[in-house]
Amino acid sequence: MSGQAAGRYVGQSIKRKEDPRLLTGQGRYVDDVQLPNMAHVAFVRSNIARGKITNLDISEALQVPGVIAIYTGDDLNPYIKEYWHTMGGPRPALDDPSGAHPPASVLAPGDVRFVGDPIAMVIAENRYVAEDAAEMVIVDIDVEEPIIGLDMAVAHPEMKVHHELNKNFSGIMPYMEVPPVDEMMASAPHVVTRRFKQARATNVPMEPRGIIVKHDRGANEITIWSATQNAHEVRSFCARLIGFPAQRIRAIAGDVGGGFGQKMMVSRDEAAMMIAGYLLGDRPIKWIEDRRESLIAANQAREEWVDVTMAVTPEGDIMGCRVNFLEDVGAYPPGAGGGAGMSAGMFPGPYKMPVVIPQGTSYFTNTCGKAPYRGPWMMETVAREQMMDHVAAEIGIDPIEFRRRNIIHQSDLPYTTCTTLVYDVVTPEETLDQAMEMLDLAKFRAEQEKARAEGRLLGLGVGVYIEPSAIAFGILSSDQANVRMDENGKVLVALSSGSHGHSIETTMPQVIAEHLGCDIDDIIIMQGDTASAPIGPGTGGSRTAVIVGGACQTAAGKLKAKILEIAAHTLEANVDDLEVNDSVVSVKGTPAKQLPFAQIAAMAYMMPEMLPEGMEMGLEVSARYKPAGSFTYSNATHVCTVEVDPKTGMVKILRYIVSEDCGQMINPMVVEGQIAGGVVQGIGGVLFEHMIYDKDGNPLATTFLDYLVPTAPEIPDIEYGHIQTMSNSLGGYKGMGEGGAIVSPPTVANAIHDAVKHLGVHPTDFPLGPSQIRDLLVHAGAAV
Amino acid sequence: MSRNITLNINGAQHTVDVEDRMLLSDAIREKAGLTGTHVACEHGVCGACTILLDGEAVRSCLMFTVQAAGHEITTVEGIAPAPGELSVVQRAMQDNHGLQCGFCTPGIVTSLTAYLRDFPNASDDELKEALSGNLCRCTGYMGIINAARQAQKEIQGSAK
Ligand code: FES
Ligand code: FES
Repeated sequence: MSGQAAGRYVGQSIKRKEDPRLLTGQGRYVDDVQLPNMAHVAFVRSNIARGKITNLDISEALQVPGVIAIYTGDDLNPYIKEYWHTMGGPRPALDDPSGAHPPASVLAPGDVRFVGDPIAMVIAENRYVAEDAAEMVIVDIDVEEPIIGLDMAVAHPEMKVHHELNKNFSGIMPYMEVPPVDEMMASAPHVVTRRFKQARATNVPMEPRGIIVKHDRGANEITIWSATQNAHEVRSFCARLIGFPAQRIRAIAGDVGGGFGQKMMVSRDEAAMMIAGYLLGDRPIKWIEDRRESLIAANQAREEWVDVTMAVTPEGDIMGCRVNFLEDVGAYPPGAGGGAGMSAGMFPGPYKMPVVIPQGTSYFTNTCGKAPYRGPWMMETVAREQMMDHVAAEIGIDPIEFRRRNIIHQSDLPYTTCTTLVYDVVTPEETLDQAMEMLDLAKFRAEQEKARAEGRLLGLGVGVYIEPSAIAFGILSSDQANVRMDENGKVLVALSSGSHGHSIETTMPQVIAEHLGCDIDDIIIMQGDTASAPIGPGTGGSRTAVIVGGACQTAAGKLKAKILEIAAHTLEANVDDLEVNDSVVSVKGTPAKQLPFAQIAAMAYMMPEMLPEGMEMGLEVSARYKPAGSFTYSNATHVCTVEVDPKTGMVKILRYIVSEDCGQMINPMVVEGQIAGGVVQGIGGVLFEHMIYDKDGNPLATTFLDYLVPTAPEIPDIEYGHIQTMSNSLGGYKGMGEGGAIVSPPTVANAIHDAVKHLGVHPTDFPLGPSQIRDLLVHAGAAV
Repeated sequence: MSRNITLNINGAQHTVDVEDRMLLSDAIREKAGLTGTHVACEHGVCGACTILLDGEAVRSCLMFTVQAAGHEITTVEGIAPAPGELSVVQRAMQDNHGLQCGFCTPGIVTSLTAYLRDFPNASDDELKEALSGNLCRCTGYMGIINAARQAQKEIQGSAK
């Protein structure tokens, strides 16, 4: 079951190459870019969730010394030529019955649709003046009743956020009558129905959004510096938006301070910056979002309800499910914004489910738009893994046994789910076994029992999932590596990747050094600048290890082949008789006959007479890689133990165990770092984070004092177990960037449930903070 | 109102012309050109902007520049013993994967440097508590906590 042995580089916990720069304050984030003559932007935003703008007066603000220009929707919106993201594709027609994008605008088009909606932008000599003037813009709004929350959106299908549309949803999977399934459900021995709710959360990268737009009229060029996961999308979006030739736009992402999906698609504010920068011309403009803007107006996620009805036999065999995915996509998601379609496909997860009938609706509301957040489809796992525990409790079997009964075994592979996904190399059962071994289940149950006798509440939660990593369709299909060995034998690599903390400057050189045979320190990575980077979708969908890794491995192999050909010619040997060690080619068994890379490189560029007949000079290759399937599946089991304080409702995580299979690990240290980051975000979504709105549509968490992200003391030491089975993608790699965040929420929720279920408490809704748990205990008459 | 003041940052004098209301974090970044100090909330909550003021860890987004005149400021750029080298804390951060995107990192490095100097014998819980003033969204804190543990051991060792 375990995979290939670790190589010299691949499989090693190599220390990160990016660290010395970032640890000494030498990173280069967008706000660190200072250009001559640069002007600064502050947005005027709506304080009202919904209403008509009856008066927008910028005259006084324009008088503030240092103000350069103030733009409103009337100034900028007419310049929109096309407004769509490459990943989502062109906009559907306004009356398309299957879905919609929000109407295109970059500043409020005469009316506001959420608190935080940008109404005007002030451009001034510095940020202080821009903010002063923004305060002086007068906005009168005729308040209208907003649609806030899924309750209201579901209850009032006649109300619309966007009057331009004939519906209030961005996507729909209608209810399907399936008589055999309905009959089966009607006569099944056990049918359990639950509604699980996730609480609205937001990505909260520590670096907020930021963008600089410089339109050089003389050269007819636009340069954009952006905190983005995907520089090429910034370039192509901007080209479409204003009808500017794409080849004359250069987008640059330097260091990016986190994104987790939020910086994947160009947002409206950034689009406003593109048009404003284009109009203003010759003076670069910079906008750096402040934290309040980031919390209320950068995109949000996770406000989702999942209704599951599951039919089971008395022995605990799953017979089938109906699942309804309801999600709140806010007012202005980028594109349709929803994850329900993907959630439907992934719902069976690691279990054999004979049938799953999905339906779903993605509702617009007068709140901040929904965008990807680490595992945007994860409501399927959140619902399914909690459902497993609820059903187990209902039919009276152990939740771990219930999982084992239905889990996919090695002998089932390749396994085709009822939703038509084909799992080729996955190990859900093996990770469950490993996690249980790490836990010592019997010991925990004994402790739990003893604690209960003392009036203490301990609980154990398990979550199992399969992650569709390396999502490869549309623009996400492929990535490219251009590998150049220069005349000194050093290696310069241009990648289509986009890093916002992914350790790509370390992991991809590991792959290249392994397959080229050079020293890792001889390699440097360039990414994130459209002037040098090959086309690609940047970072997203847990793709880098698999798809960029595959491109690096292929390119390194091609380059090595050419190097060997030159060496074979000079050494008068057969290519098959050569070996490469530490950047030196030698004849096997005759180490004296050798040529260092540097010498071969010098020949390739400067000594045509030394090359084999007809060989092209130079040492530069490129490779574009697309994995065979649309997904490369990885999987994991998480286990968590908690103590719930019956007096306060406080949850303390005691242990957190992860057993995962991401195939051949490139760098185990980086793998564990990705898991920890995701797990803690997931824990945050259950215990702490809640982007809450009042009924008028006011966001109530507008600072880090109200929006609580986890901090160090709340985090247990995470324990890791690794199972490595080689994927069918090149190198055997599987992606794992999102899994930690996908399965940790139900794992924590199940642990809480296990601690309190004997009291008749069966939580289904996030967040599960102290006040919510205390309320549940009081309601059940179980509070102390 | 703006005035000329001299800031002493990492041992060098920077004479800057600042408005009274200019935040110290902005002056360090924009006037002195030291962009290692990051701003992630401007509310004093996240800790990214932490600098050492006469050796004490303070949040530069909560101070006006004019208040810093006459004090010695150390930013993340001034922590390493020499260019091309890393301090004990910085090395521990690299060894333990204490950073991913690096945005919170300058504040972690400065805060931990001051804390471990003052409390080299802190308990594990106290170490975690000391880090509670620095938000990190990437690492899940595991790498940072392990870095703090390693740096603490080294500092204890060298004190013996
Ligand atoms: S920027 Fe100063 S504490 Fe967050
Ligand atoms: S490393 Fe990204 S926020 Fe800490």
